[in-house]
Amino acid sequence: MYDGGKILFGILIFLAFVTFPFYNDIGKANVKPEPKIDTPEIQKLPQKKCVEPKAFMKAEHMKLLNEWRDSAVRDGNRVYVASDGKRYIISLQNTCMRCHSNKKEFCDKCHNYAEVNPYCWDCHIAPKEAKIAPKEAKNEY
Amino acid sequence: MSIDRREFLKIAGASAIFALGGMAIVNDIVKDNLEASQFSPEPGALTARKWAMVIDMQKFKTEDDYKKVINVCNSIHNIPDFGNPKDEIKWIWTDTFEHTFPGQQQEFMPESLERMPFVMLCNHCDNPPCVRVCPTKATFKRKDGIVMQDMHRCIGCRFCMAACPYGSRSFNWRDPRPFIKKENPEYPTRTKGVVEKCTFCVERLAKGLMPACVEASNGAMIFGDLTDPNSEVRKALSSNYSIRRKPELGTGPNIYYIIGGADNA
Ligand code: HEC
Ligand code: HEC
Ligand code: HEC
Repeated sequence: MYDGGKILFGILIFLAFVTFPFYNDIGKANVKPEPKIDTPEIQKLPQKKCVEPKAFMKAEHMKLLNEWRDSAVRDGNRVYVASDGKRYIISLQNTCMRCHSNKKEFCDKCHNYAEVNPYCWDCHIAPKEAKIAPKEAKNEY
Repeated sequence: MSIDRREFLKIAGASAIFALGGMAIVNDIVKDNLEASQFSPEPGALTARKWAMVIDMQKFKTEDDYKKVINVCNSIHNIPDFGNPKDEIKWIWTDTFEHTFPGQQQEFMPESLERMPFVMLCNHCDNPPCVRVCPTKATFKRKDGIVMQDMHRCIGCRFCMAACPYGSRSFNWRDPRPFIKKENPEYPTRTKGVVEKCTFCVERLAKGLMPACVEASNGAMIFGDLTDPNSEVRKALSSNYSIRRKPELGTGPNIYYIIGGADNA
């Protein structure tokens, strides 16, 4: 066999390249995002609950936001009565983000993982994260 | 095999019933699991059948009177100041009598009237041409008469700007954010490529508050339900002579102006 060594070496290099994506991901693979909920506003809650059950929020929050948007802007109804009867003022900036004031550690954690980039923040002002303690909660009454 | 008419109708009827029943079952299965959730207005919200405004120009005396009403609107709504009229975003602004009421100026009218600035904002017309031309229904008329602009649907085509005879709409030619002096964190900004205008402060009405300019105007701007004979606007209109901007166009503007005499102006 002529040049067997060279061929083997070539094959090895080839295999190294082809499998690169696999071993490069070892350890990193499937690190699920863990959105943090340790904000001052959520700490104050007697029960750490979102406007709707967690499973629903996880899967449907974008649809809920669309409904909120249409209800407030188009129908002029700015109170959301949740399935547990609690009432919330409909506002992305003043309700969702008052609790989830850690956008970078919460919304963005998931969105970066899922590669979604909601354009809402072109207009809606994201919480200033350097600051502490947002204003007194007004989102529930 | 052939079927007669009677046979055909029987089969058609039976399958229709079957299909409807099937649909009901499918609907039951995929039903939203948030049945109890619903939307409602805020309890203390201000409501009307038709909102209107009366601007009593006699009460605008100093430059400060104008600044107060304009600045409060600009700051709560995150309106940018580009420092040039070409890019200007205006919800409430001023201009001369001639530009406000073209065709209504008289040859020998008081000089003071000719010179004084008039306050202008969206007229929230009965018959809004901007709404008629909007291809995405981004701008629409609410049941209470307010002509609302849904920023989420605006594609920036600017048909509404061409249609509005009052110049009440502004286009964001540039990213407004760097030009907002102090952001109000409770209200969104806009972005490059959308049209915006006065909304009669729907977000304040929903909370039971008067529009910001009215609140800051010290009684010079009056806001209320035009269909209610006891409202402040109706009282002001029945005790003063008022004019509107370009009523001959048939848009039905809902901002009324009390001009008053020269000594007041
Ligand atoms: C009253 C405070 C509060 C408000 C208001 C609120 N949230 Fe939450 N949210 C929470 C808490 C607490 C959790 C964690 C719930 C749990 O672990 O059961 C949560 C969980 C979530 C989750 C799921 C996170 C995960 O780990 O799966 C999403 C998504 C979410 N919220 C989005 C929103 C959106 C969008 C809004 C506005 C429509 C909103 N939240 C309003 C407190 C709030
Ligand atoms: C548990 C993870 C998670 C958290 C926490 C989360 N999101 Fe999401 N979000 C997603 C995923 C995944 C999608 C994309 C879903 C899809 O494309 O079907 C998404 C989509 C969206 C969309 C629609 C984007 C589009 O382009 O259609 C909006 C708006 C949104 N999220 C807002 C928020 C806000 C605001 C928060 C924080 C309060 C938040 N999300 C927190 C996972 C999350
Ligand atoms: C072009 C600018 C713009 C963009 C982009 C935008 N919004 Fe808005 N949004 C507004 C304005 C302006 C209002 C009206 C605020 C009011 O009347 O209180 C509003 C109102 C809302 C409201 C109801 C009232 C409130 O105060 O929150 C919701 C909910 C909302 N937007 C959600 C979203 C979501 C979710 C996205 C992204 C998918 C988004 N918006 C993108 C400008 C924008």
